[in-house]
Amino acid sequence: MTKLDAKIPEGALADKWTKYRSSVSLVNPANKRSLEIIVVGSGLAGASAAASLAELGYKVKVFCFQDSPRRAHSIAAQGGINAAKNYQNDGDSVYRLFYDTIKGGDYRAREANVHRLAEVSGSIIDQCVAQGVPFAREYGGLLSNRSFGGTQVQRTFYAAGQTGQQLLLGAYSALQRQVGMGNVKMYTRHEMLDVVTIDGKARGIIARDSVTGALERHFGHAVLLCTGGYGNVFYLSTNAMGSNVTAAWKAHKKGAFFANPCYTQIHPTCIPVSGDHQSKLTLMSESLRNDGRIWVPKKQNDNRKANEIPEDERDYYLERRYPAFGNLVPRDIASRAAKERCDAGYGVGTSKMAVYLDYAAAIIRYGKAEANKNNMHNPSDEEIQAMGKAVVKEKYGNLFDMYKQITGEDPYEVPMRIYPAVHYTMGGLWVDYNLMTTVPGLYALGEANFSDHGANRLGASALMQGLADGYFVIPYTIGAYLASEIRTPAISTDSEDFVAAEKAVRDRLETLMNIKGTKPVDYFHKRLGKIMWDECGMARNAEGLKASIKEIQALQKEFWSDVKIPGEIDNLNPELEKAGRVADFLELGELMCIDALDRNESCGGHFRTEYQTEDGEALRDDEKYAYVAAWEYEKQSTFKLHKEELKYENIKIAQRSYK
Amino acid sequence: MEGHLNLTLKIWRQKNANVAGKFETYQVSGISTDMSFLEMIDVLNNRLIEEGDDPVAFDHDCREGICGMCSMYINGRPHGPNRGVTTCQLHMRSFQDGETITVEPWRASAFPVIKDLVVNRSAFDRIIAAGGFVSVNTGNAQDANNLPIPKEDADEAFAAAACIGCGACVAACKNASAMLFTSAKISQLALLPQGKVEAANRAQAMVAQMDEEGFGACSNTGACEAECPKGISIENIARMNREYFSATFSSK
Repeated sequence: MTKLDAKIPEGALADKWTKYRSSVSLVNPANKRSLEIIVVGSGLAGASAAASLAELGYKVKVFCFQDSPRRAHSIAAQGGINAAKNYQNDGDSVYRLFYDTIKGGDYRAREANVHRLAEVSGSIIDQCVAQGVPFAREYGGLLSNRSFGGTQVQRTFYAAGQTGQQLLLGAYSALQRQVGMGNVKMYTRHEMLDVVTIDGKARGIIARDSVTGALERHFGHAVLLCTGGYGNVFYLSTNAMGSNVTAAWKAHKKGAFFANPCYTQIHPTCIPVSGDHQSKLTLMSESLRNDGRIWVPKKQNDNRKANEIPEDERDYYLERRYPAFGNLVPRDIASRAAKERCDAGYGVGTSKMAVYLDYAAAIIRYGKAEANKNNMHNPSDEEIQAMGKAVVKEKYGNLFDMYKQITGEDPYEVPMRIYPAVHYTMGGLWVDYNLMTTVPGLYALGEANFSDHGANRLGASALMQGLADGYFVIPYTIGAYLASEIRTPAISTDSEDFVAAEKAVRDRLETLMNIKGTKPVDYFHKRLGKIMWDECGMARNAEGLKASIKEIQALQKEFWSDVKIPGEIDNLNPELEKAGRVADFLELGELMCIDALDRNESCGGHFRTEYQTEDGEALRDDEKYAYVAAWEYEKQSTFKLHKEELKYENIKIAQRSYK
Repeated sequence: MEGHLNLTLKIWRQKNANVAGKFETYQVSGISTDMSFLEMIDVLNNRLIEEGDDPVAFDHDCREGICGMCSMYINGRPHGPNRGVTTCQLHMRSFQDGETITVEPWRASAFPVIKDLVVNRSAFDRIIAAGGFVSVNTGNAQDANNLPIPKEDADEAFAAAACIGCGACVAACKNASAMLFTSAKISQLALLPQGKVEAANRAQAMVAQMDEEGFGACSNTGACEAECPKGISIENIARMNREYFSATFSSK
């Protein structure tokens, strides 16, 4: 029954990529000039892929829905990017990064892909530095590192709390260079609304020009979806307002399997919801857990202010439960622990759905270290505070400022209040070792694919994966497909498949406009988000999931009969764009619940309350569920499960412990 | 503490680039002081939709102050009254109950209005495409630590690289000059050894593109620096001018 062939090369794990890279088919430079590649999305994966492929000589078209490729949501990544450089001499290696990633993913990722990721991680840092990315440096002029969750080495490279911005601007510069040279044609304010397949192969896309509303047909010998994750299915998430699943979902409906949709990452350190008006949530970087301590009062329903609660009445619950990793346990574990304390009545703030992230101890520690450095023998408390705050400001200043802007509270004086929020989706389009989906010629890169993070992603690994896929994987692996396409001339976009695809897109847009119901798009999106957060969020169970599948189906019907979209179809119409995206989220949400219901175990970000150990940790079932769940779209609300067995030949599967 | 505001909004409405725009007045009530400015506009828009009117079009995406997409000119200042924040990070606690708030798009001939508060900033992309990069193809790099860079230089380059490309500097400038934006990229790369090789060409090409796009000249009033949500310094403009003049005088 299964059509899944991951195409993992033969040989020893550490040799697979080197051997494969040296033997994969090549396309000669003359032929590259006549091969066209469409890249959808201009974040880290899309921009790096487009620039690298254009440098090789391919003809590239790039599409993004924002007004500039530099806006893609990779820009908002804060903390850092991992690489197995071992610059700190603290025992890091390619193998250790590989091992940490597999373990962090709760043994649900593919070994060969993850090892390749670890292998190319060092080259990413080299490339970015060469582009002029201003990473943080030490006084000796060499690169600085910090720690992130789920690891015991310092392998994270960073640029203050704006690492994603700096890496994206590096990739954007490389992309714009190719645009300037005429090797890339850039289409901004364009949204991809379908993949065009001809004889089973991806041959192009239908895109809508958001400004004029015109539909356009574009041909490509290959189509790369670099369109990010689907966290906005929850309505509230740390994703950008425009982040959506539409490109991936259209591909899914054209035959690309969707893998592990239920694996979502709930990030432990976000600013809590302040009210019903909330439109999005803001992350406080995981790097803050390097120095900040997380706690709640030992007493339930304690209404005292944080600074009034004495030290011995505070419960540093992560340090208590996980002494080996303390505040730096992986995200899934830190999130669940916060939820557990709040559900048990120990939460803080007016909503009681928050915990403290406290910098008081770090400020004193840094202040004393500065005093030592400056040979001050009896520094006053004020001096220690001032020097400590200065150090914290240099490391995390922009994050502290952002917290203050949003909450109106000063985190240098009072502990921050944080709560988990949807942040990243490990699931995505199923891809083989070449990053190709189950539709020939259609690829998925970065967060849009499912491949490297298993059931939980480690901090600072998303940037690594996006850039690995774009700079160092796809330029090689695309040759395996395009080498056999050199005899395919450009297909006319007047051919019947293109015409039919465009008509289907137009019909759907007109249907949406003609519903003329009574409720704005946001109304439906919020309701979907609430169902997903309550029943398919941090904790799930069979009963709740079954009920939410029915609720979502009912909501789909209501949406298609009662949504109200103002404006015109042939003008800039943000509500029409949103409606199309929410319609797709409504279908994806259903599949996420189906997947979560099917997986009768807990692993990583997927926590089924029926399956937990005595002390509340995730309980995997490796006998039955050590597979990738890849779903095939059959028809509305009907999906067929295909399984890719995960074989662990180099790592011994174990109960994941951070104690 | 959370409070609630009743406000009068005067918002620029313009159907598209080809027709004239005008201000429309709206009343909103019960606005929480915890809302962001954009969330306040969301409230207005959902009401307009329910009433059968066209909602106000505005650019926005990350809503955490980093993507650079939001762009409102509020009470005569880009991104509103507070220093160092974008519109999405401006919160309603910065306004008073009963206040009238005027909202306009960026005004600059190089940033034509697309609809309502949405403008076309693609000129910035073309300035970067003219030279805002280091010409290094993927795969050409040496080991990152083979190139030590003094921390001060790296920090200064980072400060310039923090530009989010929102265009507030252009909107704030009476000449609609793009010097702050352009100089930030020229400075970042001129400060780093990786960027020095092409520094002369870069300065000339980017300045030429900037002029071609129709941005005005700099008359050193410093409004751009004062309104920049990321605190980009006008020292960058001085550095750009040095780079540009030395490139011009030494050109063959």
